[in-house]
Amino acid sequence: MVLLQIHEPGETPVPHDDDKGLAIGIDLGTTNSVVAISSDGKPEVLRDEDGQALVPSVVAYAADGSAVVGGMARQLLLDRPECVIGSVKRLMGRGVGDLKSLAGTLPFDVDTADGGQDTELSMVRLKVAGHRLTPVEISADILKALKERTEEHLGGTVDRAVITVPAYFDDAARTATKDAARLAGLQVLRLVNEPTAAALAYGLDKGAEGLYAVYDLGGGTFDISVLRMEKGVFQVLATGGDAALGGDDFDHAIAGHFLSQRAAGRDAGEGSDPLTSNEAKIVLMTARLAKECLSRQDGGEWMLGMDGDPSRHALDRTMLESLIEPLVERTIHICRGVMEDAKVTPTDISGVVLVGGSTRVPLVRRKVAELFGAEPLADIDPDEVVAVGAALQAEALTVGSDTLLLDVTPLSLGIETMGGMVEKIIPRNTPVPVAKAQEFTTYQDGQTAMSIQVLQGEREMTDQCRSLARFDLRGIPPMTAGAARVRVTFAVDADGLLTVVAAEDTTGIEAQVEVKPSYGLTEEELSAMLHDSMKHAAADMSRRLLTEARVESERALMALRAALEVDGDLLSAGETSELEKVMAQVEEANAGDDRDSIAAAAETLENASRPFAERRMDRGIRRALGGVSVEDLEQKTEQLEKPEPVAAKARGL
Amino acid sequence: MTDTFSGNLENTVAQTGGEGPGPGPASVAACWSCKGPVSAGALFCPVCEAVQPPGQMDHFQRLGLQAAFDIDPDSLDRLYFDLQRRLHPDRFATRTPREKAFSQSQATSLNEAYEALKDPLRRADYLVHLRGSGVLREGCNQINDPVILMEAMELREALAEAQTREEVDRIATETEADIADCLIGLSAAFRGNDLDGACGLTTRLKYLTKLADEARVHRKALAEN
Ligand SMILES: [Zn+2]
Repeated sequence: MVLLQIHEPGETPVPHDDDKGLAIGIDLGTTNSVVAISSDGKPEVLRDEDGQALVPSVVAYAADGSAVVGGMARQLLLDRPECVIGSVKRLMGRGVGDLKSLAGTLPFDVDTADGGQDTELSMVRLKVAGHRLTPVEISADILKALKERTEEHLGGTVDRAVITVPAYFDDAARTATKDAARLAGLQVLRLVNEPTAAALAYGLDKGAEGLYAVYDLGGGTFDISVLRMEKGVFQVLATGGDAALGGDDFDHAIAGHFLSQRAAGRDAGEGSDPLTSNEAKIVLMTARLAKECLSRQDGGEWMLGMDGDPSRHALDRTMLESLIEPLVERTIHICRGVMEDAKVTPTDISGVVLVGGSTRVPLVRRKVAELFGAEPLADIDPDEVVAVGAALQAEALTVGSDTLLLDVTPLSLGIETMGGMVEKIIPRNTPVPVAKAQEFTTYQDGQTAMSIQVLQGEREMTDQCRSLARFDLRGIPPMTAGAARVRVTFAVDADGLLTVVAAEDTTGIEAQVEVKPSYGLTEEELSAMLHDSMKHAAADMSRRLLTEARVESERALMALRAALEVDGDLLSAGETSELEKVMAQVEEANAGDDRDSIAAAAETLENASRPFAERRMDRGIRRALGGVSVEDLEQKTEQLEKPEPVAAKARGL
Repeated sequence: MTDTFSGNLENTVAQTGGEGPGPGPASVAACWSCKGPVSAGALFCPVCEAVQPPGQMDHFQRLGLQAAFDIDPDSLDRLYFDLQRRLHPDRFATRTPREKAFSQSQATSLNEAYEALKDPLRRADYLVHLRGSGVLREGCNQINDPVILMEAMELREALAEAQTREEVDRIATETEADIADCLIGLSAAFRGNDLDGACGLTTRLKYLTKLADEARVHRKALAEN
């Protein structure tokens, strides 16, 4: 039987076996991004013709909306700052209030007109080259460019990736990263924390065992994680950081110094105009050049040429260090807190691994060495190690591996209670995945809805924590006040993302949970973006659904074959051949590209095999009642190496 | 394809004994994938190898341990790692949505069990609850022993009045020693099945731990001023 293949106009059949394609590792950084690929346990960093692995996370937009990413975009920054945007990672899942200004001016052109929405509590919109873009869309353009580059290099499609995020990224920033990948046509296999990825790469490469600290100071974020490494297990004991502290802040400090020097060299009235956002971008870029230069040499002079009125600025390393010292001190303070959380002292730590370009700054190395009482390990490239870890994890997730990454939640998760207090539900440094349930009740007779504010942070009061979302529970059965028992379960998955499920306990009625992400995009906004900006988004989506239907149906086939192998004698020859006919139809449907036929065939199979399943259960129960335990039964029927049931194991000990 | 993620309880069709909490050895559930019989609490279907939803069992059973206060932290880690190696969502990244969901709930249950047993205080509290459920309904939160109550109040007062790091350090050191004593006492109480004694010691351990935390905070505040 040949099934008719129907495609949407313009949509071409997709190639098969997309499961066998390579999955890549992406370090999506504030300043630079890196892609790596691993096969047979051998990771390789992707490089351009000049041997460069680092792709600047900078995007230049043309009037028609087309984007240029990387070094070329960065070169355009000085000439056409209004079309160029960088450091967008700092804005992921952030509101306008979170942005950092330079002398009162943001190095971004923020669109404040937001259709009457509460701009304080929604994601930032930026104006670039006449377009109005969210950080998610700009990140998607970076990811798209990385994806295309990798495809060119490999000569095939890449549609799955492990993407790293700062360990200290909150739920909003993680969701924003996942959304960006979706816009770029990439399926995120896992969001991995940057220090954990670095530990994986370092540990596997050096065969490190014991307690290690990973100090990761990037362009815009700081993370410190304490991990236990042994025999392929990477267990994070505690993590901490600051999602808005990085090399960019060093640049801000230097730029602020240059600007005050410039102001001091002039009369009060002159040149006191506020900076334009384009000027802010240029001053910051000059500051960055000065910082990089002073990591290698002791002093130098830089020029700011704004308003056709250039000024010269000398800076030596001592001065630079006094400018950035408070920032470095902050990271050291955070390190102490994380060690306390992990219940370890510096002497327990076997080694400190340095990650992130900002750890090249000599002052950073000195302070870290001082804290841990040992020279930090820098025998890895701090810019590339995170991408390498991501690639290793991408291979582990798709091909399989024996290594195990056990990570934790970086921030406590709580809810608002009476009087603006925060009740912590999941404390920081809890291993993920984790789920905690909390019971709520109504305070009015007949109340059918309630609103719950979810917060992330360590402080006691609501206004000092970050609002993640507001959940509206509806459909609570009307009862007297205090009688309803609404059980809300907060679950954080292995990506560090939160989901909420609610049910009324006395009636068992599921309450509907409506999520309004505080700084994220709603599902509608995201769909609109997918629809508007990506011609192939629909094709991507349908391909994903097709793959899912196929995986599901293959699982069912495989299960039935295994069952026939052990219990095939429960069917007559006629019944067996009938069932085999249906199985052949499922195989045929799976070979095609029509999701609906695959689903329909799978359902037919489920119905056709139901009597067989019932007879198997009967046999199982009869054996159980007849004194043969299911374990014994399993042992008898085992052909392959099977995992031991945990109950049996418990008795053996 | 319309099945809900029903747990074992709903699918359990035969209960043929087994004592205490957790699944008896002979209770049978239906595998969600091949629909055949699986013993309740099994991690994987022996026929089609599909990961199963986590069974109802206590934290010790979940990690394959005897319910006891004295556990070897290294073997606890070993059991936890071995189970996570097979059940963690990273092992199911390319599987069906349902396998992913079951792996996540298995890993979640494992983490919960590990967290509850790793820390001696939480382990003591849990074990009292487990052994004494029905007997000690309020758990071990009530300080009704006047001796313990006095000791707690005096130590807190001393800490609040401590002006120097040396004084705080002295209280902290004493507290650490008391905590060590408490743990030795707890071990003996549980071994001797003295639940009341264990409950009292758990209460004492709770406030001592709190006191140690407060001493740390106090010490930090003194260091920063
Ligand atoms: Zn099965």
